[in-house]
Amino acid sequence: MAIKKTMSIVHITPKQFPITKKEARLYMAFISVAFISLFIGGLMGLLQTLVRSGTITLPWGIDYYQVLTVHGVILALVLTTFFIIGFQFALMGKTVGISMKQRKAAWISFWVMLIGTMMTATMILLGKASVLYTFYAPLQAHPLFYIGLALVIVGSWVAGIVNFRQVYVWKRANPDEKSPLLAFMVTINMIMWIIASLGVAVAVLVQFIPWSLGYAETINVLVSRTLFWYFGHPLVYFWLLPAYMAWYAIIPKIIGGKIFSDSLARLSFILFLFFSIPVGFHHQLTEPGIDPVWKFIQVVLTFMVVIPSLMTAFSLFATFEITGRKKGFGGLFGWFRHLPWKDIRFLAPMLGMLAFIPGGAGGIINASHQMNAVVHNTMWVTGHFHLTVATTVMLTFFGVSYWLIPHLTGRKLTPTMNKLGIIQSIIWIVGMAIMSGSMHIQGLLGGPRRSSYSEYGGTEQAADWLGYQIAQAIGGTILFIGILLMVYIVIKLAFFAPTGKEAFPIAEEEADAKPTPKFMENWKLWIGITVLLILFAYTVPFIDIIQHSPPGSPPFDWPIGNQ
Amino acid sequence: MHLHKYEKIWLIFGIGSLALFLVVLGFGAFWKGTHPQSHGATIDPENIEAHDAFQSENLGLTKVDEDKYIVNIAASAFNYDMGVDEDGNPVKKITIPKGSTVLFQITTKDVVHGFNVSGTNVNMMVEPGYISRMETVMKKPGEYTVVCNEYCGVGHHLMYATVEVTE
Repeated sequence: MAIKKTMSIVHITPKQFPITKKEARLYMAFISVAFISLFIGGLMGLLQTLVRSGTITLPWGIDYYQVLTVHGVILALVLTTFFIIGFQFALMGKTVGISMKQRKAAWISFWVMLIGTMMTATMILLGKASVLYTFYAPLQAHPLFYIGLALVIVGSWVAGIVNFRQVYVWKRANPDEKSPLLAFMVTINMIMWIIASLGVAVAVLVQFIPWSLGYAETINVLVSRTLFWYFGHPLVYFWLLPAYMAWYAIIPKIIGGKIFSDSLARLSFILFLFFSIPVGFHHQLTEPGIDPVWKFIQVVLTFMVVIPSLMTAFSLFATFEITGRKKGFGGLFGWFRHLPWKDIRFLAPMLGMLAFIPGGAGGIINASHQMNAVVHNTMWVTGHFHLTVATTVMLTFFGVSYWLIPHLTGRKLTPTMNKLGIIQSIIWIVGMAIMSGSMHIQGLLGGPRRSSYSEYGGTEQAADWLGYQIAQAIGGTILFIGILLMVYIVIKLAFFAPTGKEAFPIAEEEADAKPTPKFMENWKLWIGITVLLILFAYTVPFIDIIQHSPPGSPPFDWPIGNQ
Repeated sequence: MHLHKYEKIWLIFGIGSLALFLVVLGFGAFWKGTHPQSHGATIDPENIEAHDAFQSENLGLTKVDEDKYIVNIAASAFNYDMGVDEDGNPVKKITIPKGSTVLFQITTKDVVHGFNVSGTNVNMMVEPGYISRMETVMKKPGEYTVVCNEYCGVGHHLMYATVEVTE
């Protein structure tokens, strides 16, 4: 009994830090850019579906691919990165605190990222950078497009370094305690982000910028693509892990439960760090210049993320069931029926989680070595990431916004806003089911992604695709209504909702939870294993790519519409 | 670290299925030879004619044997060059009898392109400096749309051809 008592003392609620007005302004700055991006990017998405369904043609000489570049860059890169960094700063500020110096450094990261975004956006709007967000060489954009992208990445590194400093300072003040779970998770995500974005930074700084400025005559196309995808896959986990943070450590509090297991949550994040990066070849499976054995090895490494994903699914549903049963909802599914479905802070992320079941299954198909040829670069892929990032991740971010924004602005999430949120989530799911569903089917029928309206010489296949493109326009229109509603809700919560105190929900462990092992915070070990896995997966094939390089490619800027 | 009993069962079942799945993929790839196209054949993108297959008289459909064909294609923004017909017009459609074995060989003179015979497993990236190659048996008769499925510029959606498989 005596032991039990000391244990319960160890598990006293960890101290939390109140968020001051100045800190709130910082977090809100990031989040505001994210929602402005949502509006602009969503409008572009609507235009795309309308053009592709043959409903409209774009006025004033605007090109479909210019619109598509805006859509990809502003949603996949700008919205996500700004929201994630703002959200993560808020989590860190709440759990480990932020000093004045750290806050100022965080503002530097914000401005560097914003200036970079503006430079890139200007070049896209001038029609000098219609290269899509993957900017594959040897299509050449204006140098400022690449310089702007580099600044966004450098700004995000500053944010990461501030996060590391925050944990370090907290740890020094609390040497005997484990770092708060959310701070641990943010640290993992930023370590992964920095290691991964080094790849694209090297491509942009060493290859693209000198080549676009004319200092280098040619570019090694395959090296640039390999560096891009070394970054491109962990990028999707950089989007996903903040959603997991909310699922693991915030949702349990909202439903009135506890964290299922602190150690398992940490372990799954460590596994995501290991297996997010050495896997980029699964985006390059149909490329001619990479050895198939190494493609296969990276496919196997890719599938290792199945393990932490299964752990996550188990933990979340275990929390749901334990919480429900404690409240007295018995039966096989009573606990499930009695989840707080009418609380938007729960409903939106929960719908996101459910969308991840088909989303993840589709991902398994995409990465399956041979099966990839059936879907590579078809609309199926577009359908896939509209389920994962645009549903799972976005609905979770919306779910966070319903309490985070009023918490930061000193307002309340009112019942009316809660109801509007529920309507918004339903609109999103319905719109996405129609849009993403028809994208998946069109892809299986061979319809290409990233393409403007075309009848392809009037073939029967192309006529079949058009029906699904019309369905996408219907789904896209419903989704745009969802975006308008979301933007309205955000404006209301930020400026007009009644003043008050909205809770910042952070879940705790059970009083009798088993202690988390110390080695969980052995950062040198985790980073060391990550680097070894990357070296294992990339060294031999990368040397092979360089040794068997064909002559490089000169820049091509006319195909993107430059005269 | 403590693992709940049910979680152990869940993970053993999950990891077991995963292992089985990977064995199936590996069996297909290494024993059945169903690797995605990757042979690393290089070419000078600014002088593709230096390679026999991409000299203008060798572009398009060539019958090499009974039921065996080669299709050579030079891709460029925004066109698949498959040679010219008797009247000197560019070929946009090739016709192959059902059940033939066809080797598609394609390279690009400029930017990255895609090559997908829609509705089949012939789906390749076409990158400057490399020859993309894939052999297939066209079993089902019908009209197949060939689409460029990697963005190559403002005319990307106008880059297509047709393959007809006849009875």
